[in-house]
This record gives sequence, structure tokens and C-alpha cells, in this order.
Amino acid sequence: MLDIVMSYFGSTVTPGEAGNQLWALVYVIAIVVGILIAATAANLIERKVWAHSRARFATALPVQSRLPPITDVAEANSERPVRGIASGIGLMFGLLAAFTAYTVIPFGPSLAVTDMNIGIVFVLGAMLLAVLGIVGIEWTSNSHQWQHDSPIGVLRLGAHIASYEIAMGVSAISAILMTSMQGKGTLSMIGIVQAQQEEHIWFIFKFFPLGLVAFAIFYISALQLSSTISGAPLNGNDIQPEMTAGYRVGGENPRWSLLMLVEYTILIAMSSIVVTLWLGGWMRPFPSLLAAPIWDLIFPFFPAITFLILATIVAVGVARVSGDSFFGTQRARLAVLAVALGVVAFLLLLIAIAGRSAERHIFSSLRENIGYVYWFVLKVAVFMAMFISYRANRQSSPVDRSMQLGWKVLLPISVSVLVVTAVVGVFAS
Amino acid sequence: MNPVATPFFFYMLAGLAVVGGLLVITLRKALHSALALIVTLLAVAGLYLMLYAPFVAGVQIIAYAVGIMVLFLFVIVLMSIERQYKDDNTPRFNRMWPMSVAVGCALLALLVSAFAKGKALFPDRRIALPEWSNTQEVAKLVYGEAGKIGEYTFTLEVASLLLLVAIVGAVVMTKRAENSTNTER
Repeated sequence: MLDIVMSYFGSTVTPGEAGNQLWALVYVIAIVVGILIAATAANLIERKVWAHSRARFATALPVQSRLPPITDVAEANSERPVRGIASGIGLMFGLLAAFTAYTVIPFGPSLAVTDMNIGIVFVLGAMLLAVLGIVGIEWTSNSHQWQHDSPIGVLRLGAHIASYEIAMGVSAISAILMTSMQGKGTLSMIGIVQAQQEEHIWFIFKFFPLGLVAFAIFYISALQLSSTISGAPLNGNDIQPEMTAGYRVGGENPRWSLLMLVEYTILIAMSSIVVTLWLGGWMRPFPSLLAAPIWDLIFPFFPAITFLILATIVAVGVARVSGDSFFGTQRARLAVLAVALGVVAFLLLLIAIAGRSAERHIFSSLRENIGYVYWFVLKVAVFMAMFISYRANRQSSPVDRSMQLGWKVLLPISVSVLVVTAVVGVFAS
Repeated sequence: MNPVATPFFFYMLAGLAVVGGLLVITLRKALHSALALIVTLLAVAGLYLMLYAPFVAGVQIIAYAVGIMVLFLFVIVLMSIERQYKDDNTPRFNRMWPMSVAVGCALLALLVSAFAKGKALFPDRRIALPEWSNTQEVAKLVYGEAGKIGEYTFTLEVASLLLLVAIVGAVVMTKRAENSTNTER
């Protein structure tokens, strides 16, 4: 037993490739827990951003409303489901699709559950399965409005997703094409990042306008999809009252909270794909330009510094909370949070210092992997913030406009970018 | 890479595929049949993975389990087939079932005879299949490499032409329908 646990330490391949099921299970659990935490946090941040953009000050207050995602889920799940477990099969499909995508998303050169030869095809296929889930959710809800409203809404939603998936897929292919400049193309997610490492450039900057345009098309499609799936302002279902938010009307509360989980999970997966394909995945900024030893010394301190800044912010928050005894528990809670963040920062600092020499093997590999995860998560967080602020501030647009954008603008541009990338790539190599 | 628990996964996936297939034809509601079909298709995709053909598995998921099945679901929801069959006792099998049984028996006989007599066709030991380069090998077969035309390039072009004709036909047919509704208005 201990052999299996210890044998993987210091390995340079993913547990899937090494054939180590135990560590694969550990990775799966870590990813699921991380996604749950990230989805809750994203939900909280989304509430705050929406509150600020709508001037709903009660929700926007910093201290009073920190728990709504948790209390909402608790309240939703304290209700008894009315429709029996078999009706959740659509939801099961959605959850399956959303979490399956994470098996190949690389958080570092060896930090994925497994590396597949067909990585990006697998991720896109798995996320597409969510469409089945959404249609199934609508159907199994046995909604009373089924004859006129919500099935039409969900069908339109499915058509929407299918339309944008085409533009997304084609622009992803142009990124995959860029990996073949060194003579060996790859579909593997880890391979795509390694190709960016070997070519010393993030694909967003490669063949200058081409990579950027392909990235922009993928990102716009992802924005459209995310705001179509979720009830954001762009959502045609919401701005047309007869559609009544499509598939979301039928389910009772526990299922609704799981549906939210599916939506945020897919949103994070989308951001991860964007980061992997175009923004260098786990690589720190300028890995080849700032390759001097001094930079190798400086960059590992970034995680510790980030947590230190967070701890400082919370500590300032503790000081700013009114001294009234009414706020006593909240001050105590904030203080505990600040101390916890400070402890994490201290541990990260310790690892960053202890792992400098390669002699202490565990510390140095820990330092390296923390760096990979840190940069990956930071990039994903930036994209999540962009998603959320877009969803909060974008004006509504009717469904025909957004379909026109998908078919008449994004698809032709993405196909022509693909062709031009191929031509330029042939001449460049 | 060592295969993980291969017999177990094979029997699980094969059993899932068979059970899903049986459910497709025995379940009463159309949507349940469609969901069972999705299970079958996903299980077959898993079998492809076990045959070291990940690209075929990925395409199976994207094209069949998602693309085509979503269309099935669209049709089922739009036509609300379920409502028609909900209350009455329409027989589940139509009159074609003896034909289907005959075809199924013939296929089974073919399989059994191939298994019994075709020993020369099968390799006598396990072949080490190149899992990691599978996609690249498929690409070489289809598109050729280094200036050479691939083995199946011509076939692929013919098939793509066929698909193009089908797409153009679909567009033409929907256009006509649109025009007629416009004149009605």
C-alpha cells in the first residue's frame, strides 16, 4: 500500500499514464473538491458583481451577505424532492458531462488525471453531452407548460449551443494546427501546452492577428454559450417572457441548485480550455524571455505574496467593521479568515524558500507544482471574472441577433482564420 | 501503459451496450428509448477506447452520442411522440419483427462461423497497438504523408462529396418550405 503511495512521488507523468489508480483517485477527489469550492466562490462573486451593477446595496455590503450560496443550497436541499429520483436522469447527464471534461485538463505537466491522445476532442465532446442533459432536464421535469413554452425554449437553447459549438470547434482546430509547426501535431491537452513551450510563444500571439482572432472567436462563443445556458441578460429565454426561462422552470429546488453547479462547472471548464489552448496553460508569464536564474528565484514567491495580499485585505476589513457588539461574530469570522489566509501564505513562503535547492526533493517538486497550479488558476480566475462582469453588465439581445452573430460572423471568420493559419504555417515551416 | 482491469471493463461495457440495446426496443416511451440508445452509444465508445482507438471513440461521442441523439431528442420533444403512446396499448413491435429476427439470426450465424472457422484471419497473439500515435496513424491513412496520397484519400473525398450533396439538398428543401409559407401569408 505504502509502496503505491510513495512510488508516484517525483513522477513526471500523470497518474493515468503511470497506471497508478490510487493517485488518479486522489487527483479526481482533489479536482472535484476544488471545483465545488470554485463554483461556490464564483456564485458568491457573481452575486456581488450583479448587486453592484444593479445598485442593490444590501447584497453588495461586504460583511453581511457572505453566505448566500451556502445557505441557498442548504435551504434548497432541506426541501423534499417531489418528483422521484428517476426524473433526475437529465441532471445526471449534465453533471457527468461537466465533471468528465476535467479528467484531461492539465494543471501542470503531470497534474492531470490522465493525458489522452485526443484530449481536446474528448473535452469538447464531454461538454457537448451537457446539451443532452439540458434537454433531458426539461423533459423529465414534466413541466405543465410543456405544450407551448419551455420545451420550445430548451430546443432553442440546444440549437443555440449547437450553432456556437461549430465556431468554437473550428477556432480550436486552428490552435491545434499551430502545434504541428515542429513536425508533430497533437490533440493532447498537455501536448498543446508543451508545443507552446517549445515554440516559445503563447498561441494567442502566434502569427500575430491569427491566433488572437481565433482566441477571440472561441472566447465570444464561450461567452454566448455561458450566458445562454445560464440565466444571464443575454439569454434570449429570459427576455422573452413567453419562454419562461426554458428548462429551468420545471425542476424543484434540490435539482435547481445542482443545475447551478453544472452551469458553473462548465463555465470553469470553458475558461480552462481557453487558457490551455491559447494562454500557455500552466506556464508562468514569459518563461523563455525571463529565463534568468534570478527570475526562477522570484516567480515561486508569487503564490505566497498573493495570499499575503488577500490576508491583508481581510485584516483591513476586520479593522473597518464597526466596533459595535452587534457585529462581534462577523468580526471574529473575518479575523479567523485573515489568520487562515496568513497561515497559508506562511506555508507557501516556507515551501518557496525550502524548495530552492534540488536536494530536498519533495519540497522542490512541491514548489514547482504549486507554481504550475497557481499560474493556471490565476489565468482561469481572470477569465471567470471577465465572464461574470460580462454577464452582469451586458445588455440583452434577442435570439435571432445572437444566432446571426454565430452563423454569419463568427463561423465564416473562424473558417477563414483556419485556412489562413494552414497556409501561413506551410510557408513558415 | 498497462491496460487497467481489462476483462472487467470489457464485460461491463459490453453488458451496458447489450442492455441499452434491449431497452431501446422494449421501453414504452420514446424518450426513454433515446436515453437507452445514448447509453449504448457511450458504451460502444468505451469499447473503442479499449481497442486503442481513442480518436474513433471521441468521434463516436461527438457525432453519434451528441450530434445525432440531440436531433432525436429534438424530434421527440417537438412531435411529442410520448403523448400519443401514453395511454393506449399500441403494440411495441410492428409487423416487421420476423424480418428483424431473421436478419439478427443471420448476423449471429456470420459471427459464430467467423469465430469458429476463421482462425487464419485472426492473429495468434496479442498485437501491441500504438495507442499514443493512433490519431496520427488515422491521419496518415486518410490524408497521406510527405507528398504521398493516403490509402483512403479518394474514398474520403467521395464520402465528403456525398455529404455536401446531402447538405445542399437539405438547404434547398427547407428553402422551398419557407417560400411556400411566405406565399400563404
